Amino acid sequence: MSKTIEEINDRIRRGEAVVVNAEEIIAIAKEKGIKKAAQEVDVVTTGTFGPMCSSAAYFNIGHSNPRIKLGGGRAYLNDVNAYAGLAATDLLIGANALPDDDPRNRIYPGEFNYGGGHVIEELVAGKDIRLSVTAYGTDCYPRKKLETLINIKDINEAVLFNPRNVYQNYNAAINVSGKVIYTYMGILKPNMGNINYSTSGQLSPLLNDPYYKTIGIGTKVFLGGGIGFVAWQGTQHNPSAPRNEKGVPTRGSGTLALIGDLKQMRPEWLRGTSMMGYGCTLTVGVGVPIPILSEEILEYTTVTDADIIAPVIDYSSDYPNMVANIIAEVSYADLKSGKIEIGGKQIPTASLSSYSRALIIADTLKEWIESGRFLLTEPVESLPGIESGLKTKPLKERPVTE
Amino acid sequence: MIVSKKIVLHFPVRLVDRAIVYHLIKDYDLEFNIMKASIIPDAEGLMVIELRGEQANYDKGIKYLTETGVRIQSLGQNVLRNDERCTHCGACVTVCPTKAFKLDPDSRLISFDAGKCIACGLCLKACPPRAMELHF
Ligand code: SF4
Ligand code: SF4
Repeated sequence: MSKTIEEINDRIRRGEAVVVNAEEIIAIAKEKGIKKAAQEVDVVTTGTFGPMCSSAAYFNIGHSNPRIKLGGGRAYLNDVNAYAGLAATDLLIGANALPDDDPRNRIYPGEFNYGGGHVIEELVAGKDIRLSVTAYGTDCYPRKKLETLINIKDINEAVLFNPRNVYQNYNAAINVSGKVIYTYMGILKPNMGNINYSTSGQLSPLLNDPYYKTIGIGTKVFLGGGIGFVAWQGTQHNPSAPRNEKGVPTRGSGTLALIGDLKQMRPEWLRGTSMMGYGCTLTVGVGVPIPILSEEILEYTTVTDADIIAPVIDYSSDYPNMVANIIAEVSYADLKSGKIEIGGKQIPTASLSSYSRALIIADTLKEWIESGRFLLTEPVESLPGIESGLKTKPLKERPVTE
Repeated sequence: MIVSKKIVLHFPVRLVDRAIVYHLIKDYDLEFNIMKASIIPDAEGLMVIELRGEQANYDKGIKYLTETGVRIQSLGQNVLRNDERCTHCGACVTVCPTKAFKLDPDSRLISFDAGKCIACGLCLKACPPRAMELHF
């Protein structure tokens, strides 16, 4: 059995495509068998909704009169530092950016109530954002100061561009030390008091296409409540991570860089987020459709939480000091049960990514495809797979000599 | 006059190991009933107590606690969830000392039982989208 994306798109146009989410496919394949399921199902939709730090938005605010050159100056959006190193009227804001006067961790643990992620959420929500710029002034861009409100509906372009999203598997975090720690994986209680993890597991996009056989550059996706595209492999894309017999990575591995028009996205799916003691970030909703081109591809989508193994990593000492030590390997089925046992101790678990929202994303995408408003795209280029040998490297520090 | 009040005590790190409660009984002749205690080494300690005794002693006891650096909060404060902001991630579940949050294994939604909440405030800053709010 094999299908092409064009054939599936024809069925979508005719309103005949069979679309199911990555949770439903598990039972369908069990009941009908892989072969029959692959014949009947055209698309499996996936979803994830978790904090994704490497997210940003860029925009073009339009030229003021007289003109001002943002590039090389300083710019703030609601007091949060924006990047003004591009052209005269282009600005970029990263999810982790903070106001200059935020106390950060000087009062430990810092609260990080408002940062770049929150600016992006408010911008998408249609709220006015205060832009303050100081520039150096040139003959053609004489103005040196600008203070104005901007709104997403008035600015020329607003684009969400996330260099690294949708991690294919990730660490589960624990704290073996004797004091509480505040991490990007949440609050970790001392003496292995809890475990936090972040994945939608069996619903997660790259865990349903472990070898990137359908997801590639140009793949159209659900991004932040609107439509986006895979722009590139994400930073730290690491296809060479160890994998189980089904090809599912057992460590953090593949990632995606995503891009999309912010103007059609929704604040429910781009949530400004605060990690106590760590910083601000953005919780991003992403859903990726997987075209069932073959039985093999269908089989990958039947992955269950029990098949996905995550490493439990100590964030008090091992993680900060780059010590490659794994405390335990656990399945997401176990993590999702609410507690797991390590060394005879029952440890409560909690998630940072929302499974119930991930399911809503997968179902929204399903509805878009069924109703014909979302057609699938053929990737224009594959993501680097295992054959690339690509591996994430640590920083090699070298002495700086004058 | 005998008074009896439920209060939440927040101990800063440096006080966690000191026998403050012992002094309340011995020096101020107050009876107390610990309803909930959670002391994490190197972090803030937290205790919900019902304190009972002569009004004058009660006032002196509270004064003593405040002077030693314990923050006192009455249970009149209300912590509510802003359901519009809650993403049902679950980060609060293991943070709450009274298990006021529960994960439904089927829907994977997180329920919040305000009746179990003692308004300790721990979830307010632990909730990533800041869905938990303090109301007076
Ligand atoms: S941590 Fe906040 S957003 Fe997450 S489930 Fe709890 S209340 Fe909801
Ligand atoms: S304030 Fe939050 S953490 Fe504290 S008891 Fe209430 S729900 Fe639990």
